[in-house]
Amino acid sequence: MERREEARVITIQALRVPRPATVPSPSATPAWSRDLLVFLAFITPNVVTLCVFSYWPMLRNLWLSFTYWDMIAPEPLWIGLDNWIEVLTSATFWTVLRNTLVFTVGSVGITIMIALGLSLLLNQKRRGRNFVRAAMFAPAILPGSAIALVWTFLLAPYYGLISQGATALGMPMTRWQNDPYWAMPTVILVIIWKSTGYDAVIFLAGLQGIPRELYEAARVDGANAWQRFVNVTVPGLSPVAFFLTVTSILSSFQAFDVIRVMTGGGPVYATTTLIYQVYSEAFVGFNAGRAATYATILFGLMLAITVVQIRMVEKRVTYE
Amino acid sequence: MNSVTFVSPSRIAPKSRDLPRTTSHMWASRLAGALAAYLGLGLALVIVGIPTYWVIIGALKTNSEIYTVPSTWWPPNPAWSNFPAAWAAAPFTRMYLNSIAVTLVSTTLKLVNATFCAYAFAYLQVPGRNLIFMFILGALMIPEEVTVLPNYLTVASLGYVNSVTGLILPTIGSAFGTFFLRQHFLSLPREVIEAARVDGAGHLQILWHVVLPLSRPVLATLILLTAVARWNDFLWPLVVTSKDTMRTLPIGIYFLFTQEGTTEWGVVLAGTIIVIAPIIALFIVVQRHLVEGIAAGAVKG
Repeated sequence: MERREEARVITIQALRVPRPATVPSPSATPAWSRDLLVFLAFITPNVVTLCVFSYWPMLRNLWLSFTYWDMIAPEPLWIGLDNWIEVLTSATFWTVLRNTLVFTVGSVGITIMIALGLSLLLNQKRRGRNFVRAAMFAPAILPGSAIALVWTFLLAPYYGLISQGATALGMPMTRWQNDPYWAMPTVILVIIWKSTGYDAVIFLAGLQGIPRELYEAARVDGANAWQRFVNVTVPGLSPVAFFLTVTSILSSFQAFDVIRVMTGGGPVYATTTLIYQVYSEAFVGFNAGRAATYATILFGLMLAITVVQIRMVEKRVTYE
Repeated sequence: MNSVTFVSPSRIAPKSRDLPRTTSHMWASRLAGALAAYLGLGLALVIVGIPTYWVIIGALKTNSEIYTVPSTWWPPNPAWSNFPAAWAAAPFTRMYLNSIAVTLVSTTLKLVNATFCAYAFAYLQVPGRNLIFMFILGALMIPEEVTVLPNYLTVASLGYVNSVTGLILPTIGSAFGTFFLRQHFLSLPREVIEAARVDGAGHLQILWHVVLPLSRPVLATLILLTAVARWNDFLWPLVVTSKDTMRTLPIGIYFLFTQEGTTEWGVVLAGTIIVIAPIIALFIVVQRHLVEGIAAGAVKG
């Protein structure tokens, strides 16, 4: 959830021209030099932490991707582009990349459609609405590992609630998350369950932000319900939908806990996404160089999406 | 199709209620609206409610009840013993303390970092300020997944693996919080801050007595977002701890599951409830503020 908020901020900031000086009357402030010490004292702890635990690791990660290191030898061994060549020409990489895309498109696309539908249904003042809003938001604040356990129980073969339901409907017994075909849809389903409420709540807020007068005006002009939806609701919601899409894509690249608990990236590589591959190369295979290569690729992808997002928002802002 | 033209809201707003409409049409659309609303309410409740209910009764079932098909929707003799069994199967007391310590200290330090930094960027006039601000925001673009391995190496070389310090250290820098608070600080009335300054208040006094009291709702949202993220953290605690006694709760229940597996579901589910219950309790208290804070932010953004 915090990640989603972070992703949103990146775009907002990219569009914002830095504000002019906020210290107003020149008489009240002699020179900036007096504030300089306070300024430095106030920002230094944060700047140092960010340097040590964000910027430096990013650079170190890039450097590690040109080395071989089992994290036991005293020093990483410089091997140039070997990791990159090996990774990009391996079948594993393309499987992992495809998994990441399937996972992202599946989870983000379906979540947003269900959330939109739910929010349209709930966009009325009715008793119990606030309760329902809170109830569906709740999965977003629970630990992913707990949710993964809950679903492992629901999906357990034979005695799990869902397996019992599937059997009652005449489906053959399936070991959902251990089945090479079903593992990915299963993980996607759990992510959808976890994030739909969050998206729906934000859609609801977006719906409530559309001025009622626009609907009234459309009604006066004789628009039917569908026309009002297409001409008022859709344009009114599209900024919210855009932000939700991008922040969900970015956070789906980072989904780890559910996969770790439910499938461990398997069976074989069926649910290994980029982030999972980074983890298993580093902390299961102890190949720091290859893990760093995958991490750099993941970083590049996320950066590209963010840049595209900023571009698109900029465009829309200038055209309007 | 495009017969709809937007009328400027001011022209019609006040009188919109008196618009002529046919009664039967009104009834039909009201009925449809009511049906839609209750369909939505029902769907949302079923989707969230059934798994929740199933876990709660699952935690109260004995093994033989769990593996009996078809399942009962109500355990005839609730097996409360699953809860003490879960508490004994993993060091829950210790894991609770770890989670509380990490969440409290990390959230506090992060908030302190964010507050001072945001104050500096909002109120202190120094050359090159915007450049430094951009540098801080740039850290938002660096996801935890990219830094996890190098951060592990750093923390390991400092000797903080399997320690609360190691769990906390990489999480206390704040880019998002700095931005979030600075935005709010800039929106505060400048006259108030100016008046305090004229009265001879120093920056710390202004921050403590003027700015922070005016920022309570925003601070609350930020604290909640940060604390929830810390409490639920999975990747970093998984990587930086290897001892049972240093686990946080989300990792702890995962290991409880790998240890008890699918043979002791009652215990695993009881453990899951032990982990989830306090978050749900807190959420019930703060849900209104949290949900509205996030929704408002997303729509404004």
